[in-house]
Amino acid sequence: MITFLLNGETVEAEVEATDTLLDFLRETKSLTGTKEGCNEGDCGACSVIVTGEDGVARAMNSCILFMPQVAGRAVRTVEGVSGPKGQLHPVQATMIEHHGSQCGFCTPGFITTMAAAHKNGKRDHKDQLAGNLCRCTGYAPILRAAEAAAEQPVPEWMEEGVVRQPAAQPQNDTPYAMPRSSDELAAWCADHPGGTLIGGATDVGLWVNKDFRDLGAVAFVNRCEDMIGVEIGDDSVRIGAATSVTDVLEAMRDLHPSFAEMLRRYGSVQVRNAATIGGNIANGSPIGDSPPALIALGAVLHLRKGDARRDLPLEEFFIDYGKQDRAPGEFVEAVSFPRQPDRLKCYKLSKRFDQDISAVCGCFNIIETDGVVTEARIAFGGMAGIPKRAAHVEKALIGKPWVEEVIEAALPAFAKDFTPLSDMRASADYRLMGSQNLLRRYYVEDLGVAADVLEVRP
Amino acid sequence: MSVHVSKPHDAGPLHVQGTARYVDDIPTPANALHLAFGISTIARGKITSIELDAVRASEGVIAVLTAEDLPHDNDVSPSAHDEPLLAKGAVHYLGQPIFLVIATSHLAARQAARRCELTYAEETPLLSIDDALAADSRFEDGPRIYSKGDAETALEAAEHRLKNTLEIGGQEHFYLEGHAALAIPQEGGDMIVHASSQHPTEIQHKVAEALGRPMNAVRVEVRRMGGGFGGKESQGNALCVACAVAAQMTGRPCKMRYDRDDDMIITGKRHEFRITYDVGFDADGRISGLIFDQFARCGWAQDLSLPVADRAMLHADNAYNLTDVRITSHRLKTNTQSNTAFRGFGGPQGMVGIERVMDEIAHALGKDPLEVRQANFYAPASAAKKDTTPYGMEVTDFILHPMIDRLVETSDYHARRKRALAWNDRNPVLKRGIALTPVKFGISFTLTHLNQAGALVHVYQDGSIHLNHGGTEMGQGLFTKVAQVAAHAFGVPLEAVKITATDTGKVPNTSATAASSGSDLNGMAVKAACDEIKGRISEFLAGQYQTNPARVRFEDGQVFVAGDVMPFSKAVDLAYTHRVSLSATGFYATPQISWDRIRGQGRPFFYFAYGAAVTEVVIDTLTGENRILRADILHDCGKSLNPDLDIGQIEGGYVQGAGWLTMEELVWNDKGALMTHAPSTYKIPCASDAPEVFNVALWDGENASETIYRSKAVGEPPLMLGISAWLALSDAVASCGDAYPDLDAPATPERIAMACARLRADV
Repeated sequence: MITFLLNGETVEAEVEATDTLLDFLRETKSLTGTKEGCNEGDCGACSVIVTGEDGVARAMNSCILFMPQVAGRAVRTVEGVSGPKGQLHPVQATMIEHHGSQCGFCTPGFITTMAAAHKNGKRDHKDQLAGNLCRCTGYAPILRAAEAAAEQPVPEWMEEGVVRQPAAQPQNDTPYAMPRSSDELAAWCADHPGGTLIGGATDVGLWVNKDFRDLGAVAFVNRCEDMIGVEIGDDSVRIGAATSVTDVLEAMRDLHPSFAEMLRRYGSVQVRNAATIGGNIANGSPIGDSPPALIALGAVLHLRKGDARRDLPLEEFFIDYGKQDRAPGEFVEAVSFPRQPDRLKCYKLSKRFDQDISAVCGCFNIIETDGVVTEARIAFGGMAGIPKRAAHVEKALIGKPWVEEVIEAALPAFAKDFTPLSDMRASADYRLMGSQNLLRRYYVEDLGVAADVLEVRP
Repeated sequence: MSVHVSKPHDAGPLHVQGTARYVDDIPTPANALHLAFGISTIARGKITSIELDAVRASEGVIAVLTAEDLPHDNDVSPSAHDEPLLAKGAVHYLGQPIFLVIATSHLAARQAARRCELTYAEETPLLSIDDALAADSRFEDGPRIYSKGDAETALEAAEHRLKNTLEIGGQEHFYLEGHAALAIPQEGGDMIVHASSQHPTEIQHKVAEALGRPMNAVRVEVRRMGGGFGGKESQGNALCVACAVAAQMTGRPCKMRYDRDDDMIITGKRHEFRITYDVGFDADGRISGLIFDQFARCGWAQDLSLPVADRAMLHADNAYNLTDVRITSHRLKTNTQSNTAFRGFGGPQGMVGIERVMDEIAHALGKDPLEVRQANFYAPASAAKKDTTPYGMEVTDFILHPMIDRLVETSDYHARRKRALAWNDRNPVLKRGIALTPVKFGISFTLTHLNQAGALVHVYQDGSIHLNHGGTEMGQGLFTKVAQVAAHAFGVPLEAVKITATDTGKVPNTSATAASSGSDLNGMAVKAACDEIKGRISEFLAGQYQTNPARVRFEDGQVFVAGDVMPFSKAVDLAYTHRVSLSATGFYATPQISWDRIRGQGRPFFYFAYGAAVTEVVIDTLTGENRILRADILHDCGKSLNPDLDIGQIEGGYVQGAGWLTMEELVWNDKGALMTHAPSTYKIPCASDAPEVFNVALWDGENASETIYRSKAVGEPPLMLGISAWLALSDAVASCGDAYPDLDAPATPERIAMACARLRADV
């Protein structure tokens, strides 16, 4: 049994671990305003607003949000964005006025995402709405509507009440667990060594919706309070595994702005609000975007099994495609990296800038002292079966002068480090050439040459 | 005045509150069943066995049907009767429906459909244009050829000549609402079908055939679609027929909606094209002779491929007077999804071909491509002597000369082009590019008999008006525009007019809402019906007031007659109490058109719609990453019925067209499996891809042809404004060297980066 607020009303529901919020809304509650566009969190038509215990309104994709994830939270759908007497929310009024809907199918998702952004005072509309696809309007009127509503006050009905906490912890023999701490999670993992941990479900949601995979025993880690948050110490930065990508992005803005910029392009607002850094690492994807950046920063992974903890360099966690250095019952508790001068640049090549999976994600952290390269940590996603360091390239640079000839001479080393594949995202040739050219870009940008199309104004 | 004014979309308030109802939102009776197709996992072969026990045993399954279980006609083709609902022995593409699961929930049906074990005798599939050419696998006996003058002789005599080949990728519609249908059985074996379809009459026709009943036993209703773009012209037939057959068999309502992956794997897309050209031209870039060969990858069934390929030929000239030209079209049959209608219907591919030719000629001569384009334009509407298209139609309404002059001025084209070149000299890595391309798009169905429409208008005693017409609403604002026409005719406020779901029981024998024809055809039909009712009321009032019916006026919600004035509702009430019929049908058939598609001669189009766009881009020559910085558009909607809605079509069309030619890439593997079958892998533009500066203006004019209040169709033409984005990218790449960039479409970052590398290596 879970309890949550739905458009301000308390709802209690008996749910299975992988029942999605979207199906609950549409099929159980007949709230058909929320639409299914893709069933994989990539179109935003199913967006709803989820407000956590911290009172922050977050847009999320309800198609890949499992019901236990909203326990104790407040969910607001398009039906609840209108006032109790049918008053229009400012974003609804401006969307009508600016012709922001044509076929209207994506509109409820836009409305909820816009209402969340409006409540949070966000004005970066293109970023806020990058996770909502519209095939009719070309976005121009929607962006105009978002801006037109920005100055208007947040309607009082958008305030969420206090959610009654769930009555009791589900027992270990229930189909899913919602541990509240790393200790509780460790105990559950010990009992369920083959179990599945769910952070934000932005990937696991697809296993269920598209592959009908049976997850076996399931634990949701998003309530393990001591695994959430970024601690910025004098010597190191420690990120709890259950920290959302949104929170990591905010923490990186000052420390490593290029990492933050790459995370800005990681999924969408909806995906980043749900996805966790631990999930992005632990599922071992060769195209997860945070591992290359973290490897380039010299990150250490903190694993826990029962009471035993061990650390290993992040790059060593990834053994082979689909194989990580994680024992049954062991889980990722946190990741940390040393404080350091910011020399990190993260480059993500994809067909679309926002909300696309990388064809190549290259992260460079090259220290040059008095014109000589003294340290180089270069890591790539999309170039091998795992996120991987470019060891030969690093070797070709370290100890050499930081000059164009050395860069050019290092380029052939990419082929020693990587034998990329061709797939629907890119050819092997482009991946190899692209990765080489990213080193060139890092170098010329270091010299102050403009090389980022996103910084060019009309 | 209710026309020529901007009114918001009639369903806007419903859209933003989530109360606009789509097929899957219609409350269904508790006993409703849900369907899913089991699909082929190979691209070509014979089915040797279908093991369905596990499917039948799957939780919630009520029944499983194969081709043998279908009671009547097993066909969902809109054209050639070559598209079985369920495969009969042979499979022709990876994704072809083979069996139908009927279950108690959508999820149960989808899960069960995966549990089938199929074995096949596999054959080598024909996947590519080259595969099909090698096997001479095609629709129709041979290629279609349209020609004018003597292209060969002109080419031989030409001062300059060049030949090249261009590949143009297809495009997934990606309507946000996937296909969906709901069939509800009625007494006596009749059937009501709720469809997400641009073509209710065809659904009615195919469902009737499949049920073995006359068309009058089937009623199809379409309130709205969550996007269509051509993808719901014929591709919804399968779901509707499946639901109707299952509903007839079980006696229970049946619903089917495709999961997004299924939708993309099963349904057809925009045709992929290869175009080769051999062009002769003079020192000014004026074309003297041109030979085009167009190769269309049609997929496994004919569907609408013949008229699509025809329209590509009919737009191979775009805005240019070609005196000696031959266009050959190959309609190739492959073991891939059956490609179908998509906004522009082949026109965009034909137009991309000639715009590429213009661009390459300009590059060869070192000229601004705009000069070459202008040198080749058709004679202006004002000229005494008219030019003729390659298919023998006189171009009498050509207005691109003044439109381009205006756009060049408002976009500051020449100065910006200079600035971009200077900027490129200063920037070694990033390069800007700019391009101006025009659009001339022919309006009318090329299958002449489709150019007809009907309407049904009721005026109730209280003066409220209810109307239906044959068009369907897919977001384009057709209902709003048509309601404006009715409100204008009766001189009442727009709020007095209600349009309800398109219904084959209200207006019969409709054509698809396609070919941009929606408001042209249905607006005229509605006006005819309104005029009929107005005429009756006028005649009645004129009799009462002893005056001439022509002197009765309907304005501002009032009726003026012989110095007296009364509210419209009063006039209506009077007419009713005097037993005047207040209901009428209206009908319209487009005049003046006739077309012989085999000879390629005639007047297929009632008129042309025009437009032009200037796009400026920036590329990263190292990685091919790129941005559209600015787009300036001037588009011709005649005397627009609703300027704001038309601008919405233009903005949306441009971005969709630019998406097609830049980031949207369909990829199949060597087994014929579509690898880009979801938005995670198939990328349509998102909010940040809209041009940072986006200036859209309407050309202030009126249609020279007599259309509804002199407006022009706007659905498809703006899509082709996106060609300017693709050629701007090409222009940016050209800064990397002396060679021609030779950019295929879509110009993904990969293609751009490779082209930059090639040009640099050439230097």
